[in-house]
Order: sequence, then C-alpha cells, then structure tokens
Amino acid sequence: MTEDEKPLGERMKLPWRQMPIGGTAFQPGSSTEYKTGDWRIIKKPVIDHKRCIMCLLCWIFCPDVSITRSPDQVEIDYYHCKGCGICSAECPVRCISMVEE
Amino acid sequence: MVLHTVKKVYYPSKVPPFAPQVVPYQGEGVTVRRQEVVGYNGDEAVALAVKQSKVDVVAAYPITPQTIIVERFSEYVADGEVDTEFVCLESEHSAASASIGASLTGARVFTATASQGLALMHEVLYTASGLRCPIVMAVANRALSAPLNIHNDRSDMMGSRDCGWIQIYAENSQEAYDWTIQAFKIAENTTVQLPVTVNFDGFVISHAMETINTLADEDVTGFLPSRKPIFTIDPEHPVTVGSLFLQEYYFEIKRQQEEALQKSAEVVDQVAKEYCALSGREYGILETCGMEDAEAAILCMGSTAGTARSVMRKMRAEGKKVGLIKLWLYRPFPVEEIISALGNVKALAIMDMALSFGAPVGALCSDIATILQLRGNNLKIFDVIYGLGGRDIRPAEIEGIFNEALSVAQTGIVKESVKYVGVRE
Amino acid sequence: MVLSLKELSSEELYAPGHRLCAGCGPSISARMALKGSRGPLVVSNATGCIEVSTTVFPYTAWRVPWVHSLFENAAATATGMEAGFKALTKKGLPNKHIDVIALGGDGGTFDIGLQALSGALERGQDFVYICYDNEAYMNTGIQRSGGTPLGAATTTSPAGKKIPGKQEYKKDLLGICIAHNIKYAATASIGFPNDYITKVRKGIEVEGPAMIHVLAPCPLGWRSEPSNTIKLAKLAVQTTIFPLYEVENGKYKLTMKIKNPIPVEEYLKLQGRFSHLFRPEFKNVLEAIRQGAKERWERILGLCGESS
Ligand SMILES: Cc1ncc(C[n+]2csc(CCOP(=O)(O)OP(=O)(O)O)c2C)c(N)n1
Ligand code: SF4
Ligand code: SF4
Repeated sequence: MTEDEKPLGERMKLPWRQMPIGGTAFQPGSSTEYKTGDWRIIKKPVIDHKRCIMCLLCWIFCPDVSITRSPDQVEIDYYHCKGCGICSAECPVRCISMVEE
Repeated sequence: MVLHTVKKVYYPSKVPPFAPQVVPYQGEGVTVRRQEVVGYNGDEAVALAVKQSKVDVVAAYPITPQTIIVERFSEYVADGEVDTEFVCLESEHSAASASIGASLTGARVFTATASQGLALMHEVLYTASGLRCPIVMAVANRALSAPLNIHNDRSDMMGSRDCGWIQIYAENSQEAYDWTIQAFKIAENTTVQLPVTVNFDGFVISHAMETINTLADEDVTGFLPSRKPIFTIDPEHPVTVGSLFLQEYYFEIKRQQEEALQKSAEVVDQVAKEYCALSGREYGILETCGMEDAEAAILCMGSTAGTARSVMRKMRAEGKKVGLIKLWLYRPFPVEEIISALGNVKALAIMDMALSFGAPVGALCSDIATILQLRGNNLKIFDVIYGLGGRDIRPAEIEGIFNEALSVAQTGIVKESVKYVGVRE
Repeated sequence: MVLSLKELSSEELYAPGHRLCAGCGPSISARMALKGSRGPLVVSNATGCIEVSTTVFPYTAWRVPWVHSLFENAAATATGMEAGFKALTKKGLPNKHIDVIALGGDGGTFDIGLQALSGALERGQDFVYICYDNEAYMNTGIQRSGGTPLGAATTTSPAGKKIPGKQEYKKDLLGICIAHNIKYAATASIGFPNDYITKVRKGIEVEGPAMIHVLAPCPLGWRSEPSNTIKLAKLAVQTTIFPLYEVENGKYKLTMKIKNPIPVEEYLKLQGRFSHLFRPEFKNVLEAIRQGAKERWERILGLCGESS
C-alpha cells in the first residue's frame, strides 16, 4: 500500500512536528472516508424503487447521511449505512425492507 | 544559546527605587520615540495598553484587584475611543471561553482576572493553549481562598503554572504597561501562537499610582500591526477545532505545543529588542543587578525586585557583595539565562510568594533546584516563603534574607531549606 | 413559513462516517439543524456524544467551521465567536454575515452549561442555541441529568427494589429560557423535521438569541430499538409528553395540535428505561407521569390560548 492509499487515520500518524497546529482538522467532511457500513449486524435496507414515492422521509431521517438523493431517486450508501432500520420503519409506503445480508 | 538579559545598576543616581528609569536606547540608528508621562496605577496602565493595542474583543468579568482594568476599558468604549467589542460575561469561566471563541475568528483578544477568577478559569486555560489561541490576559495576582483575602500573593498564577501559557511578571506599572503591549506581539507571532499572561502584584502594582511613560497611539500601532492568524473559523475554509484525540494522536499534539512554548522565549527576546528600540526601555528574559561579583543573591519576580534593589544599594555601600536576579519570564522557564546569570554566586535565596502545599519547597525554588541538579551545579539555595495574603515584605526582612544568603555563602551550610519570612512565630 | 423536504438542500454539511450509534437521535438533530441554515455559519459544540463521535481525529463529519472547547461553555464560546466576527466586520474583514449555532446535550444545557446559556441569552447574543435532549448524560454512560424524566432508569438513578428510577420531574428548560425575554424560543422533535427545521431557520433569522429545545431519542440510553428512534420522537409529542410550541416575541403558539392524545404507556413501553414502571408496585409512578404530562399540556395549551 502506498502512502496515499492508506486511510487518513494512518496517514495522520505523523511525527509531532508535522501534526496540524492545535490539533485542528483541516479536511472538512473527512469522516466520509471512514467505513461504518461494517457496523451493520444482520440486516441491510433495500429500496423497492418501483414503489418509492420520493417523499424523502428516509433521506431526512437517516442518522448516517446514508441515503443519497438525486432528482428522481433515493439510493442507499452501504459504505456508511449502519443498518439501524429507521428508513424502513418510517417509509410511509413500506418500500424499504430490511433483508439479511 | 543565552537570550537577552538586562543588567541594571543598583545605585541609580538619585532615582527613587520605584520610579521608572528611562534608559536611552543605544542601538544603531534608532531614535527612541517621544513619550508622555502620566500618573496611572497598574490597572489603568494596562487598560491604556489594551486600548493602544487596538484589541478587537475584550471579555470582561470583575474581580479585585483587576477590576479597574475592565472599568477603565469600558469607559473607553462608552466614550467611543475604541472599536473594540466589549463583552461582559457572566463568569470568568465564560470570559475565558469567549476569549477562545473570539480568538478563533482571528480577532485580537484580551481578558483579565485574578485569584478565584483564575482558579475558575483553570480548565479553560488549558483549552486556550491547547487550541493555540493567542489571547493576552492580565492577572493582578491575588491570594486564593479560604480564608478569603483580596490582597497580593501569587497563589493564583502559581496554581495554574502548568497551563501552557507564556507567563510574564511585571515589577511595576510601567512594566505592566510595556509588557501588555509586547504580549500581543509575542502571542500572535505565528511560530508561537500561544496565550500570554502578564502578571503584576495585586494592589502593590494594580492600585498604586506611579508615573509611567506612555507611547503615542501611532507608535504602538506601528509596533503592533493587526493580527495575521494562521487559520480561522472561516466558512469558506471549514476547519474542525477541538476534536477528540485518541491515544495514537494526543501525545504528538502536546509535544508540539511544548516545543512552541519552549521556543517562544526567543520571540519574547526579539520582541523585547524591538520594543526597546521604540521605547528606550530595555526588556528581556530576566534582569540582573550586581551579579558580576555577587557572593550571595536573591532570585525573585514582580514588585519584590524594587524593594530588593533599594536594599542592595544600602548593603553594597556597606561592602556586602549581594546580587539580584529578577525573572520577567517564568514560563517558559529561562534555564540558560538563569544559569548564566548566577555567575559565581555561592548562595541563592529564592523568593516564593505562594505556597505549594505539601511540596518540599515552593514552586519557583523547585524549578531552580531542578535546573541546578540537571547541571550538576551544587550552588547552595534556600526557599523563602513570604508575602502571603498581602503581607508586606519590609526592607529589613529582605536585608535579613541577603545576610542569611551571605552566611550560607561563607559557611556552605543551609540551616533551613524553607524559610518563612514575615509570619508571626 | 414551513419548509418542505423537497425544498431542503441536498448539500450535506454533516457528513457520514461519524461514530454515533446506529439509530442515534442526536445525530439526526444535528444534521437537520444544518438543513435549516441560511448561509455561512459556524458551530460551537459542547462536549457530549455528538462532539465526541463526529470528530474522532483526524476524521470530522463537519463541513462547516466547528469548535469544541469544553462541556459547559458552548454558549460562551459562541458569544466569543459572535463578538469576534462583529469586531472584524467593523474592519471589513468577513464580508458576509456569519451565523453562530451552539449545540449542547441536555447535560451540557440543563445542568452544567445553564449559567453560560443564561448569560448569553441575557446579553442578547445573536446566535441560536440548540439543546439536543436525549434525556441523560449519554456520553459518559447514561447518567441522570436535569432533563431526565420522572421514573426513567439511568446508571445513577437505577430502577431498584425500592426506588423506581429518577424521582424528579424534568426541568422546564424552555420556561427558563423564555423568562429571559428572548425573541424566539421553541421546542421541537426530530420526529417532525419540517417543524424542527423551520424553527431552526426562524431562530437563525431572529436578531438576538434564539433557543431550540429538540427531543432526540437515544436507543442506547433509552434501551429502545434503533429503528424506533423516530417513532419515539413522534410518540413523545403525540402522547403530549413533549408538547411542540414556540414563543415569538412573548407570544406562545402551539405548533402541533394533539386532538386525541395517545396513551403515555404506548410511548413508555417501547423503552427499557421505563420497563420497571409496569410492575404493579410502581403503578403510582406511571400515574404521576400521566398526571405530570397532563398538567404540563394544559398549562402550555393555556399559554397558547388553546382549549383542550
Ligand atoms: C467539566 C466536565 N465535567 C464532566 C465531564 C464529563 N462528560 C463529558 S460528556 C458528558 C455527558 C454529556 O451529556 P449530555 O450533555 O447530555 O450529552 P450526550 O452525551 O447525552 O450527548 C460528561 C458528564 C466533562 N467533559 N467536563
Ligand atoms: S438503515 Fe439506518 S443508516 Fe441505513 S440507510 Fe436506513 S436510516 Fe440510514
Ligand atoms: S449513546 Fe445515544 S446519543 Fe450517544 S451516540 Fe449512542 S444513540 Fe447517540
């Protein structure tokens, strides 16, 4: 693995002189790099797009910003989704089901 | 490398011991600026320095003997003499916290406190230095409760001495004024980027009227341009400040912070030189008096030095070879400068105006003992605990300490490693 | 003005990859708050779950400037930020107005940070304080706070044989804030995003301090199913346990009318922290919760000029 391919957390294990001043984190939103998808234990949410009415409730309720939104579709980001099941529970037409991985 | 130390004469011709000495600057091609002589107490002098330093935000909370600073400053605000955002917080904890918030926007920030206020700020002090906020804080040193006492000693700052701030002690109002202006330049230097406390003895300096030389506003502005921060909380370049640092990262950040603090002495030195060129008043890391040939000496900080110098004058006239070291810079601790200032002295009395409960000696003495041990120097030392709760230290007592040090120098025997001076036995 | 979901920006100022628990209500409250932003802003965050879990160095979930200083000083830090921006604006430095948002948990707001909050409200600081209320000190492992409701079991108010969980009612945080005569104060729940986000925006638009008290269920501390977080946030409102209202320039308004309240048990029984209350010997606590909710609801209705 080259230096650039290492995760941020490894790359930032720097000698003290090279650490950012005051411990300031200068890469906004860098947590995106961090995989939380492996926190899902048993089930993952799956959207039945045919039944989806684009109400955006799943999008707004997801605590992990793991439902992305385009003009005509919502999509699940499995790299981050922790499988809490909120999206599935709150979908008014029940088009998100929690299925075993 | 030994940074600049100032040698003072112990027989200033006809100048009373407390009066400011305007030493004409002798550097190349520099003309010392014209100054106005005013009668101010220490707090007022600091308030003026803050005004002239064009501070963006002042976070205020009252506590004796510091209150006059924020009162005077609020008059400048009320009279429209400053553009400063003057915020009266609801506690010192919040005043220090607001100072951090403001400092992170890139503003120049000042706050002031003493005693219980400083103690209440304790956790915030570490945050300010850890986040590398170049705040300047005046501390009019005062005893800590209980029992309640509003008078001078240095238990407050000594209790927070490990907080990562640069700590400077001023001897009189003139020095408090001068150091406050210099403090901003030191703190905001991007290699330093650390907060600074300017300490001066409560009442003894804060409330005592003295004549001081003040610079013209434009000269201060010329010396102290507005702050140029390394980074700020600018929405166009979002930063995250104050993250959680787990075991793999925390140590490095602290090591880096320590390096910045240790290195800041060089900046203090540099700023003092520049300030001298402007004001004619020579500052540095520490000041010595009579150390060239002294056999015994006192090491102290703050207003005690004034009394000690006048006692020296008398003792020197009697042929007694006594000397004085006065620290301006307490943190970072000026190791090389002290070692070099000690010269050939054979005994040293260290003046601690605070108790370090349960410790073998007071804090200052403990630092000195440490550096001597590290250098394999077996200079005889003893600690003097004095002045608690505003108890005056009289010239006769200082003379007694000098004499004790002289006798240690002769006999090589320290009878008491901690001597309480001025307490009823 | 009620913002609809479609109108909300799809730009995420709060990124995924943070370490908050699955189903974390406070996480939802933080993200939604940023959806209410109107332009450049900075955040001052008190110590607590959000702070710790969104900024595990070197990672950060924030795409806005974010500062954590200490536990009890979010409002004071925000004060300094506002003063700093104001002073620099006089010098023509930041050329735009920058909004300041403070974020604190119930521990950081009801308890240890109350003084700093009160000071900032009294001084008329121009900022929005959002208290995300998960009803206990969660970050340190579920201890009682002034925001913990009657009967709830926490690690410092356990459900014992004799003492069934917390013995005191929840502190009226918003009442305290309203008493500072601030221009805008509101309760909200993450179960009703339009209402919450609209309130955040209103708070930002007000010149001077605004206070939002948002209920944010915590599956870990409430011992509830992660998937039930939103359901609980709704039930708290629908049972009248957590009335949604706002106070604008001293005028109270109920923002969520509840015609036929759902029985409180429906809310309580989904949470392990209340399970002991269903034992016959603690019937009286259940009754006290019911009674407390009723009294509060009627009082709020009265203030809002509504009849039950
Ligand atoms: C002065 C101080 N006391 C105690 C703590 C320990 N502490 C850190 S977070 C926390 C609990 C925070 O609770 P809350 O504000 O409710 O937020 P939550 O964790 O629930 O998100 C405590 C007690 C601290 N950091 N600082
Ligand atoms: S299961 Fe939870 S984390 Fe995953 S997409 Fe749904 S709401 Fe988000
Ligand atoms: S303990 Fe509660 S508040 Fe904290 S991260 Fe987990 S769910 Fe969120």
